[in-house]
Amino acid sequence: MYAFTYHRPATARQAAGLLAKKEDAKILAGGHTLLPTMKQRLASPSALIDLGACADLKGIVRKGRNVVIGAMTTHAEVAESAIVQEAIPGLAWLASHIGDPHVRHRGTIGGSVANNDPAADYPAALLALDATIVTNTRKLGAEEFFTGLYETALEEGEIITRISFPIVSKASYAKFRNPASRYALVGVFVAKRGSDVRVAVTGAGESGVFRWPEAEAALKARFAPKSLDGLKATAKGINGDMHADPEYRAHLIGVMAKEAVARATGK
Amino acid sequence: MTTVSLTVNGKAVSANLDPRTLLVQFLRENLRLTGTHVGCDTSQCGACIVHIDGKAVKACTTLAVSLDGASVTTIEGLAANGTLHPMQEAFREHHGLQCGFCTPGMIMSAVDIVNRRGSVLDEKTIREDLDGNICRCTGYHNIVKAVAAGAQAMGASSAPARQAAE
Repeated sequence: MYAFTYHRPATARQAAGLLAKKEDAKILAGGHTLLPTMKQRLASPSALIDLGACADLKGIVRKGRNVVIGAMTTHAEVAESAIVQEAIPGLAWLASHIGDPHVRHRGTIGGSVANNDPAADYPAALLALDATIVTNTRKLGAEEFFTGLYETALEEGEIITRISFPIVSKASYAKFRNPASRYALVGVFVAKRGSDVRVAVTGAGESGVFRWPEAEAALKARFAPKSLDGLKATAKGINGDMHADPEYRAHLIGVMAKEAVARATGK
Repeated sequence: MTTVSLTVNGKAVSANLDPRTLLVQFLRENLRLTGTHVGCDTSQCGACIVHIDGKAVKACTTLAVSLDGASVTTIEGLAANGTLHPMQEAFREHHGLQCGFCTPGMIMSAVDIVNRRGSVLDEKTIREDLDGNICRCTGYHNIVKAVAAGAQAMGASSAPARQAAE
């Protein structure tokens, strides 16, 4: 790791002030991507601004028809939250299957969303649930937020403060995980909100998380695993690597989508 | 340099550290608590598991300076008054180790599982929750047996499970 200066603000506002002032600074959330990246010298920020002491970025509340999760809330806290388990059980299940128990104790939702790893779990949930990403300066819909591999609409000096998830009637997630990294080889989040159905796929896309319109149309007609029978995701634009080629991943998208719908409908 | 004050195994500790210092380095090199091991150094293997405020985390992926005011428990902090913690005793009794390198992390993880899920654990739960701990000697059979027995012993002992973690 290259040397850096360390800053520990007590509020998101102080953090934003430091971020504006320090050249080449990076935000430290749970650190479970950033610190390994720094250890490999793939990142060398001159300053780290640790959000660990910002109490205003933590916690989970239900606000009307939404569940609002602070950016510094850990995966374990989301998984164990009675509010999330009751309102959007599929989201709690997703959080309980990120990494391993130790990673879930440190890793945060804001960190994961800001990093937009193409194999991370949360981006699929945000896109399928049409979540709103709230930053210190504005609000962004998930669709406009995730812009590419490790790329988001976040601008210089912008910090995610919380994420707001609409409560939907049915939602669930299924993933085929890489047993070594525990990231999704393919993960599919399905959500039904009124007559609208969204299917979001992570782990597979060459440019990160994406929606699967054909599956959405089929599930709008009838929200059941059977509706996806015979439907094949195209291997075009799908990742291939040492773990799985594009055809295999495309096949997994169909399998995981079916499993997610089955879980969402209790079948 | 950054100053940090925290509690390690019940004792107050203060240090002036290069911010790059990882918790595992701080424990091993500054405090000479070498029971916490560095295995992979890439947050995969779990040999470096300690508890921060009662929760199991990887000390190789945590900056020591980020723990101002926190309470850390390492493997050295489990035994009380010369008596092994029930989970340590169970690992010995059930031969839950060969070379022993992964054992401190396994035991800290196991105590965390009991803290989160209680003292009655089935094999599937134990295997799933040991996901972040790798043993390269052999299978996990005796480790899983040891965790189940240790959990039971923790439930039976008068000391509540939570106390061991703090």
